[in-house]
Amino acid sequence: MDLKEKLLSSFLAFEQKVDIESDLHDVRNEALKVFENKGFPTKQEEAWKYTSLNAVLATDYNILPKNETDVDWKDVKKYFLNDVDTYKVVFINGVFSSHLSSTTHDGLDVCLMSSALTKPKYKMVIDTYFNQIANKEDSLTNLNTAYAFEGAYINIPKSTVVSKPIEILYFTTGDSSNFVQPRNLVIVGENAHVQIIERHQALTDTAMFTNSVTEIFASKRAIVDYYKLQNDVQTANLVDNTYIDQKQESRVSVHTFSFGGNITRNNLNFYHKGERIDSTLKGVTIIGDKQHVDHYTLVHHAQPNCESHQNYKGIYDDRSTGVFNGKIYVDKIAQKTDAFQQNNNILLTDKATLNTKPQLEIFADDVKCSHGCTIGQLDESAMFYMQQRGIPKKEAKALLMYAFTDEVLSSVTIPDLQLKLQKLISMKLGVNIGFEI
Amino acid sequence: MLTIKNLHASVEDKEILKGINLEVKAGEVHAIMGPNGAGKSTLSSVIAGNENFEVTEGEIILEGEDLADLAPEERAHKGIFMSFQYPVEIPGVSVTNFIKTAINESRKAKGLEDMPANEMLKLIKEKSELLEIDRKFLSRSLNEGFSGGEKKRNEIFQMAMLDPKVAILDETDSGLDIDALRIVANGVNKLKNENNAVIVITHYQRLLDYIVPDFVHVLHDGKIVKTGGKELALELEEKGYDWVK
Repeated sequence: MDLKEKLLSSFLAFEQKVDIESDLHDVRNEALKVFENKGFPTKQEEAWKYTSLNAVLATDYNILPKNETDVDWKDVKKYFLNDVDTYKVVFINGVFSSHLSSTTHDGLDVCLMSSALTKPKYKMVIDTYFNQIANKEDSLTNLNTAYAFEGAYINIPKSTVVSKPIEILYFTTGDSSNFVQPRNLVIVGENAHVQIIERHQALTDTAMFTNSVTEIFASKRAIVDYYKLQNDVQTANLVDNTYIDQKQESRVSVHTFSFGGNITRNNLNFYHKGERIDSTLKGVTIIGDKQHVDHYTLVHHAQPNCESHQNYKGIYDDRSTGVFNGKIYVDKIAQKTDAFQQNNNILLTDKATLNTKPQLEIFADDVKCSHGCTIGQLDESAMFYMQQRGIPKKEAKALLMYAFTDEVLSSVTIPDLQLKLQKLISMKLGVNIGFEI
Repeated sequence: MLTIKNLHASVEDKEILKGINLEVKAGEVHAIMGPNGAGKSTLSSVIAGNENFEVTEGEIILEGEDLADLAPEERAHKGIFMSFQYPVEIPGVSVTNFIKTAINESRKAKGLEDMPANEMLKLIKEKSELLEIDRKFLSRSLNEGFSGGEKKRNEIFQMAMLDPKVAILDETDSGLDIDALRIVANGVNKLKNENNAVIVITHYQRLLDYIVPDFVHVLHDGKIVKTGGKELALELEEKGYDWVK
């Protein structure tokens, strides 16, 4: 039985644990039908031209999460921020881990999707937001909706500045392969401010597949800083579908740091629902071996006077492959749009490949849209400068690559995360820079 | 200390240096002057080991050792320093972290351990005070957003930290106002001693009011066409380069 059939037939077993009389279940049923019709994306589709899931779909995955597996804090401590207190929503093989988590209902909700989807007190919020911005055509998003059950539920009331970052961690572990489908919902009220870090991490070298969907709603003047840290093991695969709905004057930034995993696909979608919105999409990709990272971004400028800033940096070693596809739509009504997109890449070997494609569709006539992409080697004059100061070629190269990522790294607003990323990047690049002074 | 014998160098098969001879002894300051295109910057690049230039003939000898087969970083470890006309910006790497890396790489090449942190801090403090450099400046990203004067002062700060045997100042005066020029020149004068040497490469005479040379060489079309004392610089300023052709 192939994976698609298995997913369709396992749905009956999934229905045993959910309320099939609920409105939500109608949504699930409909979503499953879309997936049944469309199946998994293939390279024949324009949007998946450079990323093939075929090889990783051949694995026989567990579809339904088993009971809670125990993981010791000391074994996973390093995947969390070090020195700052955070809210934590942690899952192991798709099941909530109460002992690793630190949730709250005190003035804000940082808790579980499974509660939000089933408890009556959340029904109004779920009816208003759940599956509202997610793409109804996308087959993997629909597959996730069909099985939507667990994930992080975050609701920040208006004018609340959340004092500490929220960490969402999805661990997979064990000797059998898991197909996990987290579903996150983030609602940020007017003038509220929140910082969120999301990470998917396999703890064993078993093939894993994560098909994740996150919906983020930013109300008027809300500020959301969202960080995705992808440094997974070689056998882990991730398709991340993130949908962001922005109201007027809101500011949302998503930084994606892709340093590992086998196949990583990031579908990042911004939709503007008001004026004077600011959207930031930034990323650093540093991969090697046969790793593959695909950034597929969309910014839909649907209202006047909004800005979007995209800046993706990539460093590709060995036989690794990268994709950047940046779509910008500017509707006719969206005058005075300021949309900026940049994608710079360094290929370290002849065998590394990158496909980069800006895709701008502009229907308004008074806009500022710019895009640029480069694929290159390192600046020779900069190399000579550093060598002249006594820094050998290899180290000079690493230092230059480190500098190349700085534009993205420097806009990370959580100091402890920035430090962690600095260390991760310098480790990846083999740079030995003392940060203590 | 540094001996250059019949040096010929080309870039993309075009010969730029056509037989340079130069003898620089410890404690001396040499100025190399000349019009644009004479080969001044090529000379400094070739001494520092820039691989874009091909040495076709001749020798560069530092304290008895031929530098021909040494990479730029190896020459730096031996004591060659070149202050760049256009220092490179390295975002995300502070002045302090950069110089720490440079010093420790040099120590590593000599088989020494990293310099202990307290010793490094002391050295940084001492040299930054010598050059009147604000401590805030040291935590900024290397050369990023620096003014022309700040870039050159940072070059001299690195020179102070690395303590080279031969320092080549390539067009250090370009883009500097008179105050910045004075600060940079004072820095060089404070670092100059009996055991090192300075080669000042410049188009104009004005830097030589502050860094007084023992010898002035005029470079024209890849050759040294005239050598004299500091008064030669003044004469050149007055009569122009056409005079020595």
